[in-house]
This record gives sequence, C-alpha cells and structure tokens, in this order.
Amino acid sequence: MKYLCLVYLDESAPQHVADSDCLAYDAAIRASGHCIASEALQPVRTATTVRVRNGQVSVTDGPFAETKEQLAGFYLIDAKDLDEAIALAARIPPAQEGSVEVRPIRPIREIASQSGASVAHG
Amino acid sequence: MRATVAAIYRAESRRVFATLVRLLGDLDLAEEALHDAFRAALEQWPRDGVPTNPRAWLVSAGRFKAIDGIRRRARFVAIEHVAEQVDALADETAERDDEGIEDDRLRLIFTCCHPALSPDAQVALTLREVCDLTTEEIARAFLSAAPTLAQRIVRAKAKIRDARIPYQVPTPDELPQRLDSVLRVIYLVFNEGYMASAGESLTRIDLSGEAIRLGRLLVELLPEPEAMGLLALMLLQESRRAARTTETGDLVLLNDQDRSLWNRDQIAAGLALVERALASRRFGSYTLQAAIAAVHADAPSADATDWAEIVGLYDVLLRATPSPIVELNRAVAVAMRDGPAAGLAIVDELLARGNLDDYHLAHATQADLCRRLGKTVEARAAYGRAAALAQQGPERRFLERRLAELEN
Repeated sequence: MKYLCLVYLDESAPQHVADSDCLAYDAAIRASGHCIASEALQPVRTATTVRVRNGQVSVTDGPFAETKEQLAGFYLIDAKDLDEAIALAARIPPAQEGSVEVRPIRPIREIASQSGASVAHG
Repeated sequence: MRATVAAIYRAESRRVFATLVRLLGDLDLAEEALHDAFRAALEQWPRDGVPTNPRAWLVSAGRFKAIDGIRRRARFVAIEHVAEQVDALADETAERDDEGIEDDRLRLIFTCCHPALSPDAQVALTLREVCDLTTEEIARAFLSAAPTLAQRIVRAKAKIRDARIPYQVPTPDELPQRLDSVLRVIYLVFNEGYMASAGESLTRIDLSGEAIRLGRLLVELLPEPEAMGLLALMLLQESRRAARTTETGDLVLLNDQDRSLWNRDQIAAGLALVERALASRRFGSYTLQAAIAAVHADAPSADATDWAEIVGLYDVLLRATPSPIVELNRAVAVAMRDGPAAGLAIVDELLARGNLDDYHLAHATQADLCRRLGKTVEARAAYGRAAALAQQGPERRFLERRLAELEN
C-alpha cells in the first residue's frame, strides 16, 4: 500500500534539522525499498497557485492558505499498513521540528482499470 | 435449540467476530459473516446436532460464507484481485487454538483504540465492536443523537479500511503508547458511566459496568501493570457507588459516606490488583491513583485514614504526571493531614496561577476549606462560583445546599 508523507515545517523558525540528517534518512529509506519517490521543496515564497475558473487561468503568488507550517517536502512510500507507514514517517528528521501528514494513496488508476475490466467481463 | 444457539451467541459471538475480522480484514465483512454463520447454525444444528467445538464451526462457516460472497461479487470486480482474496482466505490453515482466538480479541481492541482515530471514534467503535452495544445504546449512553453516532462509526470504519489500520497487537516498542490509548478509552467509558449514574435517566446502559468488563478482558489478555492499575482504580471507585448518593440522588462526599455500604468484594479485588501492579515496579499513573483509592478503601473512617500516605502517593503521582488537578487533590489530602489552613494556602496559590479558573471543584475545595476555617464571606463567594460552573444536577444541588447553610 502506498502512502504520501507530507513534511511540514515552520519556515520562519530557526532551522535545526540538518540537510545531512535528511539525506542520511533518504538514503536509508531508499535502500530499504520502502521509498518510491522523495523530494525537498523550495521555500513557500517561491510557490505559485494556479486556478481555472470559467476557462480562465488565474495565477497568484504564494500558497492557497496561510498556515503556521508550510509544506517542505514529501516521501512517497510503500508500507504494509498504517502502523508501518507511521513508523517510517516518525523517522523523517523534520518530524522532530514540524509534522508529517501521512495520507493513503487513492488507487485511482487501479480502480479505473478494474471498472473497465468489469465492463469487459459483464 | 434456539436457546442453545442464543447462549452460544452470547458467550462466543465477540470471539468469533474478532477472528473473522482478522481473517477477512474488514469489520463490515466480518459482521455480515458472523450473522451468516449463526443463521447457518440455526438451520444445521437442529438437524446435525451442536458441533463439539461450536466456536471453530462458526469461524469456519463465517469464512466460507464470506468467500461465497466475494465470489458472487466477483462479477463486478477484477478477477485477479478476487482470486488473490479467496486464496488468502482459503489458505488460512484450520482453526487456531484458543490462545490464537484470544489474540484476535486483543487485536480488535488495539484497532478500535488506534490513535489515528479521533478519541470520540475510538470510544464509539470500542463499545460497538468489542462490547457489542448497539449504536442506539451508545448514543443514549452519551446523550448524543443516534445518526451522529452512526456516522462517527461509519467514518472510523472507512478510515480503518482506506488508511489500512492493521488488526494487530503492537510491537513491544510501540506497546506502552498504544496501551495508553486503550486505557484512556476504557477510563473515558468508565467516567461517563460514573458521572451518569447519579443522573436521572434509567434507560442509559451501565457504562461503568462495561468499562470494568473491558478492563477485566484486557488484564486477562495482556496482564500489563497499568492495565491492572486501571482495573483496580475502576473497581475501587465503583465499590463506593451505593454510598456516593442519597436515595434522592444527592451527592455524599467521600468523608461523609456510610462505609458499610461499600462493596467489599470489589474492594478486595481492587486491593489485590494494586498490589500486583505495584510489585511489578513498572507502574504508572493509573496504579498510583488506584493506590490512593486503596488507602481510602482500607480506612474505617475519614479520620482514621492514613493521610500522610495519601499525600506521599500524590507526590509520586505529581512527578509521574504533573497536573493542576492532581495538585488540587493533593491539597485536599494536605488539609486532612495538616489542617485546613495548610490546604487552603495551596489551593489559593493554584487558583492564583489561573489554569483552574473554570474548574468547579477548585472553587468548591476553596469554599469548603474557608468554611472549615470560619471564613464565611470567602466561603460563600467561592461556593457561588463553584455552583455557577457545575454541570451536573447533583453537584450543583450540593453546592447550593452548602451555600444556603452559610447564609442562615
């Protein structure tokens, strides 16, 4: 089962999490076979929000909502269940300063291809 | 035969259910399979006789009914997925021994009390799935609307399924934190019952009794010191039920209770558990609270209580779990040991800090100590504040009665 671990940090706080710690964990989780993809993000000041309303593209500066913690990076992981996902997320170094939101991946492609299959079999 | 099946349902249905949850990996599928299994029993047992191991028969019948159901639905979902599911179910080698089945009940408790679910959902799900209360019974017990509660349970089950919260007993390094979550749910259920028992409605289910049953089950399945401590605490508090209120539902304080009304069996069971938990040297706050309750239970009267021992236990409890409410309770014990002035000094200082402002018992304690010191004006003001903050009928009536006494 796939989970996305969204890493949030307060950008205005003095940074305690060293890049070297993050890189070490990244190497470890990739070596364990649990990591499908992972990246760190540029600060939220570099973000652009895009919306389309009535066919019109609107582009604005910054994130959708102002919150205390900002999205700082992510890990897409493969875990057997939520307990394993929580254990993996708890070892992401920024979890000690900010927070990590663990979200199950909705298997949208699999579901779409299954309903296609049922049409074929029906 | 119907009566036999009904008796077996009462004794075994939760065990069978827990095993089916493990086998099928889904609460709703397991519920359906459980009912199918009992329906099959009602059809077959009158003809073939009751099997030697009804529990194993029911688990196996439930599993086959579920496999049938999955095959029937197979027309609508991808074939490979179904084959995989059926294989997994059919693979499950024979019925496990009784120990395995007990593990299944423990798994189910840990799933229902998983910290990834909201505390409200944990309580509702535990009462529904582990205690087998109906949604209506749970709603009535918590004075909430049945649809709200039903929705809470549906959402919790969806999260278990979609986020894949596992059915498993946590690993030893996760256990302390996960056990805390289970104990908190049980104590929440107990306290809800404890408060409600002084209330008006007789139609509410006995939540304290359910919590004690849950506590017993947990100690039986997982004899951890804090599980024993919590069970002891609940038994010792419950032992005073008959003495806690008058016939008209008015509150009687611990020091004024008729101790001959205390339930000696519950006290004996509670004391034995406290001793076992303390002997482990791995105890925590539930055991310490139970130890305090045990000192009260052991004392023939309020005056003959070992207040020094109680203050000492509160000191240990404060180090383990610092909290202004524990400090307040300690102040009451200090007042009993050293006199009301010593207790009042602590309470005044606590209230001055400001984090107990909205807690009616802080003002009630201040009021009582002032009254005993003859500070009538201060006592009256404090009783007034406490009565205004009190939520429960009996507590408010008690405070208003004290206030009226001072005004005469």
